[in-house]
Amino acid sequence: MNAVIRVEQVKKSYGKRIVLQDVQMMVEEGKIYGFIGPSGAGKTTLIKLIVGMDEPDQGEIMVLDKRVPNMSLFQRIGYMAQSDALYTELTGEENLRFFASLYSLGREEQKRRIAYASELVNLQDDLKKRVAVYSGGMKRRLSLAIALIQNPELLVLDEPTVGIDPELRASIWGELARLKKEEGKTIVVTTHVMDEAERCDVVGLIRGGRLIATGSPVQLKDDYQVNSLEEVFLKVGRESR
Amino acid sequence: MRTIAVIRRIFQEMLRDKRTLALLFVAPLLILSLMYLLFNSDAPLPRLGVVNVDDTVVDKLEGEDIVVIRYAQATETTIVEEDLDGLLVVEDGTYTLTLKNDEPTIAKPLQAKITQTVSSEAMSSLIRNNLGEQAPLFDLSDMQLGISTSYVYGDSETVFFDVLMPILIGFFVFFFVFLISGVGLLKERTSGTLERLLTTPIKRGEIVVAYLTGFGIFAIIQTLIVVFFAISVLDLNVEGAIWHVVLINVIVALVALSLGILLSSFAASEFQMVQFIPVIVIPQIFFTGIIPLDSMAEWLQAIAKVMPMYYAADALKKVMYQGLGLGDIKWDLVVLLSFAAIFIVLNVHALKKYRKL
Repeated sequence: MNAVIRVEQVKKSYGKRIVLQDVQMMVEEGKIYGFIGPSGAGKTTLIKLIVGMDEPDQGEIMVLDKRVPNMSLFQRIGYMAQSDALYTELTGEENLRFFASLYSLGREEQKRRIAYASELVNLQDDLKKRVAVYSGGMKRRLSLAIALIQNPELLVLDEPTVGIDPELRASIWGELARLKKEEGKTIVVTTHVMDEAERCDVVGLIRGGRLIATGSPVQLKDDYQVNSLEEVFLKVGRESR
Repeated sequence: MRTIAVIRRIFQEMLRDKRTLALLFVAPLLILSLMYLLFNSDAPLPRLGVVNVDDTVVDKLEGEDIVVIRYAQATETTIVEEDLDGLLVVEDGTYTLTLKNDEPTIAKPLQAKITQTVSSEAMSSLIRNNLGEQAPLFDLSDMQLGISTSYVYGDSETVFFDVLMPILIGFFVFFFVFLISGVGLLKERTSGTLERLLTTPIKRGEIVVAYLTGFGIFAIIQTLIVVFFAISVLDLNVEGAIWHVVLINVIVALVALSLGILLSSFAASEFQMVQFIPVIVIPQIFFTGIIPLDSMAEWLQAIAKVMPMYYAADALKKVMYQGLGLGDIKWDLVVLLSFAAIFIVLNVHALKKYRKL
């Protein structure tokens, strides 16, 4: 199996505060990798390092065989930020088209991808509306559609389901599973909801800037002899202290 | 291509935001018109008190649309108490004019009229007296010196709308462009779209260029509207070439644009952006020549030299008021362009906050 992401001994601090320390991990091609951990554990920082918006103080990160940060990688990574970064004065379609042209898609391809991505997140009937009148869930879905617009090999989604109702959450996870299975995409998500973590192929538990355990949900539960990931999390947390 | 995509998006957003458009295009016209009306409204006839002034002089003064009121005796206090605009006293053949000068726009023309009347009267009486004899050589300016003038309020260095107007035009362009571009990019910062933008293959320089061009086009339209409104509707007299005026203001807009975008990276909210106005924008107007620079302390004059508006106002005054050409303002323009260049480079650098690459 190919490693799409390889993180080697990464350390990152802002001022005196150490945000990430000794992070070592890899994500295989065609897998869903979930970072779980409480708020402020360093999930978003790690995501930003992987996407290439920031540089690690120590260690290195390789994404798609290139050392991050690398300008050419932005085209190949679909990123969805924790907060909906949308232009609320524009319509959904205009938002999609704007990002499509930033990824230098041709006119025909733009059309095709906008149709595909908006259908995927079930927004095809709301494309002509201004984002300002969208509900929270619709904004989240539009953000996801934008992350998919340039047909990237790797999807990096920072809390894609936060603030979304259970039904929609299930449908988004259904889509992620389908993207993995049918299109062979590699997906990295962060979450602090344990039942979402169950749906990942591999989960990494982050706490206090350290990756304290990794493995498939089943494997982790076996290793720690507990019935849920939540218990794994609590148990590992106690041991590592 | 990516630059064009961002420019197109800025246009879409701006055109949908009618209020901001109105602020950009209508607000400066509103303020300029208001100032024009205030400065040029028909003032009531000036009231002049006279003591011991010859009847022929009084007649002539009244002929000049001055309300003349005779007093046996009067002082500065009389001016204030009787609400006079000036007091003309003759003592031992010497005229002494005291102006109230609470409204320089009234005091100045009043002084001019009186000086003219008195000196022409003195001249003709000289001619009458010397009739038939050889007329002695006299100089009109000597006659004018015969009147000594003093002021109750202010001094003779008070400015007028004509001098003020070029400065105001430049200042409004600076102010509105600064505000709108600053808030424009700030919105992008606070909404997270700037960060999102920087996870696409766009270069930092491309974003800065796109913002300068996108907002720059609106700034140029605003400049054209303001300049042509001032010239055609407000009858502003431009001694030099109009396109020079436009050129200067476009460069001013560029400076304001790059400064606004730059400072927006030090503001966390729209309110914090507004806080820059009293700190960065308002002080500039004091160094534009509204208050004469020569009278300032040397260290204050040094501060003026780092204010973009100082150079902008200098160039605008030279073109609009003194009728000078490009050769005389080229250094002002060079300095302004240098300001813009520095701000632009700093802008590209400031975006590193969001993406190191």
